[in-house]
Amino acid sequence: MSAPTVDAPAPPPAPQEPAPPPGGGALRDTIVLTLLSVLLALVVGAVLIAIASPDVQNSAGYFFSRPQDMLGDAWTAIADAYKALVQGALFDWTADSARGALRPLSESLVFAVPLISAGLAVALAFKAGLFNIGAEGQIILGAIGAAYVGFSWSLPWGGHTLVALAAGLLGGAIWGGIPGLLKARTGAHEVITTIMLNYIARYLLAFLLTTSAFHRPGRSDPISPAVDSTAELPRLFGSSFRIHAGLVVVLLAAWGVWWLLERSTIGFRFRAVGANPSAARTAGISVARSTFGVMAIAGSLAGLAGAFQILGTEKSLTGGVSAGIGFDAITVALLGRGSPLGTVLAGLLFGALRAGGVTMQARTGTPIDIVLVVQSLIVLFIAAPPLVRSIFRIRAAGVETMQVSKGWNA
Amino acid sequence: MSATITPSAAPLAPPDREAVLQVRPPSWRTPIILGVLGLLALVAFGFGAKSGTKSTFGLSRGSDAIRIDPVALPTRTTAIVLSVLALALAGQAAWYVSRRRPVPAWLSGVFAAVWLLAFLVWAIEGKSISFVGLLAGSLALAVPLIFGSLSGVLCERSGVINIAIEGELLAGAFLAAVVASLSGNLWLGLLAAPIAGLLVALLLALFALRYVVDQIIVGVVLNVLVIGVTGFLYGRILVQQQDTWNSPGTFQPIKIPLLGDIPLIGPVLFNQTVIVYLMYVVVAVVQVALFRTRWGLRVRAVGEHPAAADTVGIKVNRIRFQNVLLGGLVAGLGGAFFTIGNVGAFAREMTAGQGFIALAAMIFGRWTPLGALFAALLFGFANNLQSILGIVGTPIPSEFMLMAPYLATIFAVAGLVGRVRAPAADGQPYVKS
Repeated sequence: MSAPTVDAPAPPPAPQEPAPPPGGGALRDTIVLTLLSVLLALVVGAVLIAIASPDVQNSAGYFFSRPQDMLGDAWTAIADAYKALVQGALFDWTADSARGALRPLSESLVFAVPLISAGLAVALAFKAGLFNIGAEGQIILGAIGAAYVGFSWSLPWGGHTLVALAAGLLGGAIWGGIPGLLKARTGAHEVITTIMLNYIARYLLAFLLTTSAFHRPGRSDPISPAVDSTAELPRLFGSSFRIHAGLVVVLLAAWGVWWLLERSTIGFRFRAVGANPSAARTAGISVARSTFGVMAIAGSLAGLAGAFQILGTEKSLTGGVSAGIGFDAITVALLGRGSPLGTVLAGLLFGALRAGGVTMQARTGTPIDIVLVVQSLIVLFIAAPPLVRSIFRIRAAGVETMQVSKGWNA
Repeated sequence: MSATITPSAAPLAPPDREAVLQVRPPSWRTPIILGVLGLLALVAFGFGAKSGTKSTFGLSRGSDAIRIDPVALPTRTTAIVLSVLALALAGQAAWYVSRRRPVPAWLSGVFAAVWLLAFLVWAIEGKSISFVGLLAGSLALAVPLIFGSLSGVLCERSGVINIAIEGELLAGAFLAAVVASLSGNLWLGLLAAPIAGLLVALLLALFALRYVVDQIIVGVVLNVLVIGVTGFLYGRILVQQQDTWNSPGTFQPIKIPLLGDIPLIGPVLFNQTVIVYLMYVVVAVVQVALFRTRWGLRVRAVGEHPAAADTVGIKVNRIRFQNVLLGGLVAGLGGAFFTIGNVGAFAREMTAGQGFIALAAMIFGRWTPLGALFAALLFGFANNLQSILGIVGTPIPSEFMLMAPYLATIFAVAGLVGRVRAPAADGQPYVKS
């Protein structure tokens, strides 16, 4: 609805597809940049850990008489915290058994599965020029759908899980479709509507958990009945590892998103609309239909994440089912630069940070919030390549910026 | 063709300014929706109420200088009168549209107030609530929203989208609590809060303007960063040493002489903490500065058409930088209300999405300070109403009342109730070519 801003600077090209210079230099540049960003974020995190450590504060009191004490304490605090992080995320060499040593890996994957799925929801929308901040709400609706089918219908083993997953997809698709429809029909900016829908979903869930259809009899806290065992996602490696079949489903979903975007006509339309809506419209692509389609599919991917939470890990619906995954998903998609493979890798990294953060908090008392700090810093650094380059004094290969949205009126 | 060239004998009436600005005739959607809502109120609240019951409003508190006896209104009659009034307002909206004139914003505002009153009368059928308490509580809930939405107005009028309001509020709340607690001086805490907001805003400005990163991305990520940093320090330090780090206390209300004694509004508006008085000042200053000063004209020019502003010598990105920082100061100050204005201690993620409601209030208030003020008050009222009705018992689940601000915002941006329009260059980076 905004007047065509002829003289406004053309937005820089989409970030996900930097012009490939000869020799794959861009890819190498991207990888180097990503690694350096992770490193920088971990360094800042280390500084925070050191500052907040009680030992360090103690020895800082006599810093000028014995500086080595404080530095030593700082080093210990950082090393202990990051050691616990690795032990909780990858491999616990202090565990008694092989199972115990490998359990952290399973935990990392458990955290990664919904992150990847919701991350795909954000990434797909990015590719179509839309900013889906509503994964949180879409996860909630997906969880509601999956949980309802899971505990109130009785179906045979196998079929029940599939129907419950489909219900999760549907719930998310509805919640993603609403902003898509609003954008297509009225031009309402998807960032605003998805933010609002997140809160509406949260209160809707709170309300549903007070109704007799969802509230577990005999409990005073807001919790639903547990889903039937027939609806649960089966565990992949026996009962001692929590990792469930959702991992397979989410990898299929990632492949599906890749196929949709790179190999299908619909995906081509999505990307065309994302790259330049006016040109796409001129070429005969329905921008409205594409917008709605993208948001509905994105919503269903986030809904799938909600279903994973219910059918794979939580088993019953509570007010905190989304657990901030929807917001983490934004950082996952940004780190993955909007590509399905990148999103999978980013989801694995952030899943590992999550799982490691839990262990770190338990063993060293370092609050898990440090994971949020590291996560957000990684994305900030990645978003601003010139900053990272100037810190490490790397020569620029080409200026690339992350510009997805085009303002409220676009 | 010659007819158009020769001057017409009958001079045209001076064109109605609004009619000229309005290229398309205003939509009938607004009067229709207002009419439907009015009818709903008449049927549900008016005729839905039992006859003979009363709704009682307490109009003063025990501590007030001038006491007014509680007013007991007959529920059914009052609700019917208010609903009819709402329908009359809808009729007036229809009159405006039939004259091809846009429905003025005040009309929607008055309609909302009348409709809410009708709802209130119906909801407390046969019960009694303190009207003063309701209003005072609404204001208290609205204060951080007002500061936050003003921050948004300052940023977005200059063309920078501010999603980081939440982070600025949270940072302000955190630093205010810590500084006030360590120094034992609430005023130092009040001074520290805007600085915390400023730091967040500095990051926003740095990444959005210097590195031209997508403004929405920076905002979203900054929120996560602030939640992470404050949550980390809270868990690591504030919880461990509660007494030294996190027991700032709160400002006490200061009653303004005379004004504070006005019945009904006195205790609500003029018996407040210093943060609330600062809020009045900031709203007035921002409103006047944006719309009545040369500086404001420049800011709005930069937000609407940066290239044109640049042509006449306005430093686009410098203005934007300044405004983002100003917004950070304002939001940080608002954050102080959470800790040293109200609760008296910091808690993890204590802003709990208020920054996003502030964003909604800014949009709902059409990117103007006064509009944002009223929108924030409306949202605060809705929030407080649900908690009070939750206590006295109500036919509507409280969750639906909590949804109301968000639903209203969606309706507003979708153009179902009037149409809101952001500054034209909002969110578009300006790179000089």
